[in-house]
Amino acid sequence: MPVGVQTEDFDIGAEIARLRSGNPKIGAIASFIGLVRDVNDGDAVRGMTLEHYPGMTETALSAILDEAKARWEVIDAIIIHRIGTLKPTDQIVLVIVASSHRTEAFAACEFVMDFLKTSAPFWKKELTGQGARWVEARESDDAAALRWKKSKGS
Amino acid sequence: MVTLLYFARLREVLDVASERIALPVTVDSTEQLIAWLRQRGETWQREFAPGKNFRIAVNQQMAEANTSVKDGDEIALFPPVTGG
Repeated sequence: MPVGVQTEDFDIGAEIARLRSGNPKIGAIASFIGLVRDVNDGDAVRGMTLEHYPGMTETALSAILDEAKARWEVIDAIIIHRIGTLKPTDQIVLVIVASSHRTEAFAACEFVMDFLKTSAPFWKKELTGQGARWVEARESDDAAALRWKKSKGS
Repeated sequence: MVTLLYFARLREVLDVASERIALPVTVDSTEQLIAWLRQRGETWQREFAPGKNFRIAVNQQMAEANTSVKDGDEIALFPPVTGG
């Protein structure tokens, strides 16, 4: 189950085709794409730069996929996360989860994003009309990750 | 020697991305390391003040609580993550 950290854009169609190729056990694929918005906390956003921790970031993403596989019937899954300079409407992150059934695929995909938000070392710096600013972590993201700890005891 | 890495806002404010230092003999945990870093000056004291929201990773593993550190370790200090 591969993970990628890259400056280049990604193509969800190509990634899904690769993931499902020749595997008749896959009955459901859930995916998520995160995009750069042009507004955050009330201010216009002209773009952003994404920084990561080479080595640890890839390890953290792999660990998230391993955990998803331990909790649900995941046949295959990928995460691609971009770094570098991005502008509004650009794609930031892609998660694809393949499973036999939709319930598992939906749940695992949501889990992966919730944990990525709180445990994968990426940092966003936004460029606004008032200058550049580091994005602050949100408590709502911590709460989203925490609910998986409550509902699943593994 | 240990390697200290700083990321994102902390890297900018402290004006250092990475450094190699000899661990003082009194430092064998992340808590002691932070206490020692605080003595480096006003900015360091402010950024690593008790209650300040930052994260520590030891050898690329998140340190959830006080964690032992030793010679050869890679210790990273950074703000809460904001990817996705």
